[in-house]
Amino acid sequence: MADGGQIVDHRDGRDLVLKLRGIRTQFGEQVVHDNLDFDMFRGEIVGLVGGSGTGKSVLLQTIIGLNPVRKGEIEMLGVNTRGLRGKAQHELQGRTGVQFQDGALFSSLTVAENIMVPIREHAGLDEPSMRAIAALKINLVGLPPDTGNKKPSELSGGMRKRASLARALALDPDLLFLDEPTAGLDPIGAAHYDDLVKSLQKSLGLSVLMVTHDLDSLYSVCDRIAVLLDKRVVAGTMDELLAYDHPWVREYFHGPRGLETARLELKAASDGK
Amino acid sequence: MAVARPAPRQPTLHHAERDGKSVLEVAGTWTVFSIRGLGKRLRLPSGGGRPVQMIDARGVRRLDSAGVLEILRLAGDGPDVEIETSTPGHADLFKVVRDGSRETPHPHVDINWIAHWLDEVGRSLVDASRQVLALCAFLGEILVIFAQAFLDPRRFRPTAVVRQMYEAWIKALAIVGVLCFLIGVVTAYQGVQQLRQFGAETFAVEAVGIGMFRELGVLLTAIIVAGRSGSAFTAQIGTMQVNLEVDAMRTMGLNPVEWLVLPRILALTLTMPLLAFWGDMAGLLGGAVACTIYLDFTFVQFFARLRDTVGIWHFYTGMIKAPVFGMIIATIGCFEGLQVRGSAESVGLLTTRSVVEAIFCVIVLDAVFSIIFLLAGV
Repeated sequence: MADGGQIVDHRDGRDLVLKLRGIRTQFGEQVVHDNLDFDMFRGEIVGLVGGSGTGKSVLLQTIIGLNPVRKGEIEMLGVNTRGLRGKAQHELQGRTGVQFQDGALFSSLTVAENIMVPIREHAGLDEPSMRAIAALKINLVGLPPDTGNKKPSELSGGMRKRASLARALALDPDLLFLDEPTAGLDPIGAAHYDDLVKSLQKSLGLSVLMVTHDLDSLYSVCDRIAVLLDKRVVAGTMDELLAYDHPWVREYFHGPRGLETARLELKAASDGK
Repeated sequence: MAVARPAPRQPTLHHAERDGKSVLEVAGTWTVFSIRGLGKRLRLPSGGGRPVQMIDARGVRRLDSAGVLEILRLAGDGPDVEIETSTPGHADLFKVVRDGSRETPHPHVDINWIAHWLDEVGRSLVDASRQVLALCAFLGEILVIFAQAFLDPRRFRPTAVVRQMYEAWIKALAIVGVLCFLIGVVTAYQGVQQLRQFGAETFAVEAVGIGMFRELGVLLTAIIVAGRSGSAFTAQIGTMQVNLEVDAMRTMGLNPVEWLVLPRILALTLTMPLLAFWGDMAGLLGGAVACTIYLDFTFVQFFARLRDTVGIWHFYTGMIKAPVFGMIIATIGCFEGLQVRGSAESVGLLTTRSVVEAIFCVIVLDAVFSIIFLLAGV
């Protein structure tokens, strides 16, 4: 196996934006991850999947620093996060963006003010510039312009997800983390969201790690897929994973839902040609 | 520890003439971190007052969307400004930002403080009147369900009532007892101190007895119950609202008023007199203890004087008020709980409101009762 839990090496000389080595996560006696390696390269979208209870969200929390790392090293954008505090940590946080599952927008602020929070904290621009940036991000994520003056409680679930994405994009982060971004969206909304992530990734040059269960997202936007198996990550392209010999992977990608999606995607691809 | 961000080189701006066109040359780092205070530092070079016709961004090293926005702003973003970039990535970014900011952002409304204040007053007035109306409707609903429950007594849900009584009564005994005891001691002590000046210090017994029975015991208990149980009712029902449990009940044909509200109101209506009685007794005990210390009374003397001088109607007036207070506290607690909409934030907000409203109503009702008892001559 290649570096970072990959089946075949896909690095191609790209920068590493995220490098996990020998990660161990533990709650009491229960070991969630053990000796986990994972790499992400600049400019790619990686989908993180795994069965219930394999610790997808826990891994995401560990990476963004909400869980203490028991053992192992995390290097994010070339910075080792172990023992990172103060100014260095603050700067690193300014270069990453996180979209939480249910938005986690600050409920007492309007959407525009939510987007301005990280800008004010990290860049300290003046009010009109921040308002202009907020309006731009609201537009980029496909929300109507008047959304900026609304409170999160006035938005639908899908709009909250988009608003949360806009906040995550506030500082044009190098590295973007999405936690189940399409969960609870209708298939059309989810497809639009996938397109949005793809186009934002291209135009803003982001690297994206998304936890998802949406096979359509995995097929349509993810360059690579990381599967949590037996407390470790196995990462590869869709084709590699379709050929990977593990009962869970086989069931996941070749199960009734997986097969159907694969068939449709193949059909769409051949129709396109 | 060194962070791998390259030292932010300053953004630079230069105005030039090229083939008779007014060109804005930008270079350096244009990111959200580097453009702070740019308007002051870089004075926009006047191109002879001519609008910029072309932006030359070939010298830009690092660029993000905020940087593009700033460049476009400085260039006065005419729709037909040409843009030259060195990499396709930067060109893409310019295009995305231009398309994205093409639509004028929704105007941010700033109103002056008088209008703001009037707006606030108007809103709270409308809110308050809506609140009163909704509370009346809620009381009506409770009465209807209460009447229905009399026809079918199982609908009083004795198990739930007992469960709520355990929470509101048994678990509150300690705190009500301690607080009323202390107030009893304080009342007796103050009574002795003040009345001693004209040799009437034994009247401190009446002060404790009448004060506790008529007002202090029941009011103190009501305030504790409002803070303990009224707030708990709002928080419990409010949380169920947020989790859509109340909606789930409705879809199963269970009436939330019958299932959640009625048992709580019943429980608190029954609990309040019991607790108030307990509080009265603790207060008398406190008064007795204080009198043994400051008056050299024995317990027997204290209670004998109490029996001889404090009429039983003083006790009844307190006991008549107690269930009414319990009912109003529970009603407000449940009503505010059902008012919760959407987020967890509103649970906190309405819990606070429920306690404040409950205590307010209790004291207003107490005043009303005083007038009634005065007119009735008891």
